[in-house]
Amino acid sequence: MTDYNFAYLDEQTKRMIRRAILKGLAIPGYQVPFASREMPMPYGWGTGGVQVSAAVLTPEDRFKVIDQGADDTTNAVSIRTFFERTAGVKTTTKTTDASVIQTRHRIPEEPLTEGQILVYQVPIPEPLRFLEPRESETRKMHSLEEYGLMHVKLYEDISRHGHIATSYAYPVKVEGHYVMDPSPIPKFDNPKLGDMAAIQLFGAGREQRIYALPPYTEVVSLDFDDHPFEASKADHPCGLCGAEDSYLDEVIVDDAGGRMFVCSDTDYCEARQAAGHRGKDAA
Amino acid sequence: MQAQTLSGGFADPAIQSTHAFRSVMEAMARPGTIQNINGAEPPSPLSAAAGSVLLTLCDTETPIYLAGAADCEAVRTWLAFHTGAPLTGPAHCMFAIGSWSALAPLSAYPIGTPEYPDRSATLIVECPELSPSGATLTGPGIKDSAALSLPELRAFQSNRALFPLGLDFVFTCENGLAALPRSTEVS
Repeated sequence: MTDYNFAYLDEQTKRMIRRAILKGLAIPGYQVPFASREMPMPYGWGTGGVQVSAAVLTPEDRFKVIDQGADDTTNAVSIRTFFERTAGVKTTTKTTDASVIQTRHRIPEEPLTEGQILVYQVPIPEPLRFLEPRESETRKMHSLEEYGLMHVKLYEDISRHGHIATSYAYPVKVEGHYVMDPSPIPKFDNPKLGDMAAIQLFGAGREQRIYALPPYTEVVSLDFDDHPFEASKADHPCGLCGAEDSYLDEVIVDDAGGRMFVCSDTDYCEARQAAGHRGKDAA
Repeated sequence: MQAQTLSGGFADPAIQSTHAFRSVMEAMARPGTIQNINGAEPPSPLSAAAGSVLLTLCDTETPIYLAGAADCEAVRTWLAFHTGAPLTGPAHCMFAIGSWSALAPLSAYPIGTPEYPDRSATLIVECPELSPSGATLTGPGIKDSAALSLPELRAFQSNRALFPLGLDFVFTCENGLAALPRSTEVS
């Protein structure tokens, strides 16, 4: 612990990240460039989220990390241990006990509250990047609110598949201005982005961008009048806890086509099982 | 004189600045709320809150504009020792500090560019008092509406009209701190 500055990063780096976070909160949905540092983990493993967490953590915080909803996968375990060792913070797997939650690709099922901060790991922060590769152009498109191309992409989905087939990283419009990539969360989670009581911070390490949503911000998923946005999930109850309202992972259980659906949010599922709820596949 | 220059910084910079930052972030994320902030003991006329904000956010990369009474020898040497921040005029600053009347006119500060609206100044306004009453605030970060004692209305309304360009404000008074980002509607 004494081998590192508190929370690993040096103070000058934290100040730079903190300034970016404040500008991000002042301009909801706008991607603030920041001088991302090399972290002791590869790009794609949450270096952006880790830097944002390092800049906001205090010694009194209780830290939770989820990877696609799960507390016990490699990415979540290693980042949790990283901050236990470099910041000495207490960690938890319970959503309700956590004050800072770093997440890869999910929003917890349990509604977040005012004292909490949700930090997203973001791979590609620019929602227009696959439509327009030049940063100089996408910057201009955001400044002019020129988002016709994004609607064309969604329209092409409809013309090919009969419905909007984009199922994750579904673009949203923030406070009627910036179109934002919510990170690759399933579109099931999109309705939770708006009017959330917690502060939401997004960090993209490789792409060197930070953006933010203050609490109670208006966030609208893009759609068409005749093809309204629909938050979708697998049409099953959870096999372990029986929840009908949670986002599910499909798990292959044998080599004969057997499968089961379980909550992707492990804390939500375990809490329900502890409360006596049982699904059809529960042991 | 010199003792005053060297003292008054964070005794435990990593821990105190992270607490101070959380206060600033909560204030910026929830306009109208008044947060407690402490740690710094800057020379007069700076408030403890303003000093803590400067120590938390400023360094050699952030030009500061000292407006009015804040532009005195004691403050200049204190900032030089504790932050190393270069001092500049309003046109090129990232942070400005002073009383509301000393900071005017707002047209002097950078408001960002359409491609990079984040390249705008943050004004730290020293206030005689800070209370959750007066102007009505609505917008991102505010559930229904909030109230905050603001020095005036018009300036913040025309700043809001520039969105996504514009200035962001931090109001400080003794150990209290509130913020008004450019996204907030004021009436």
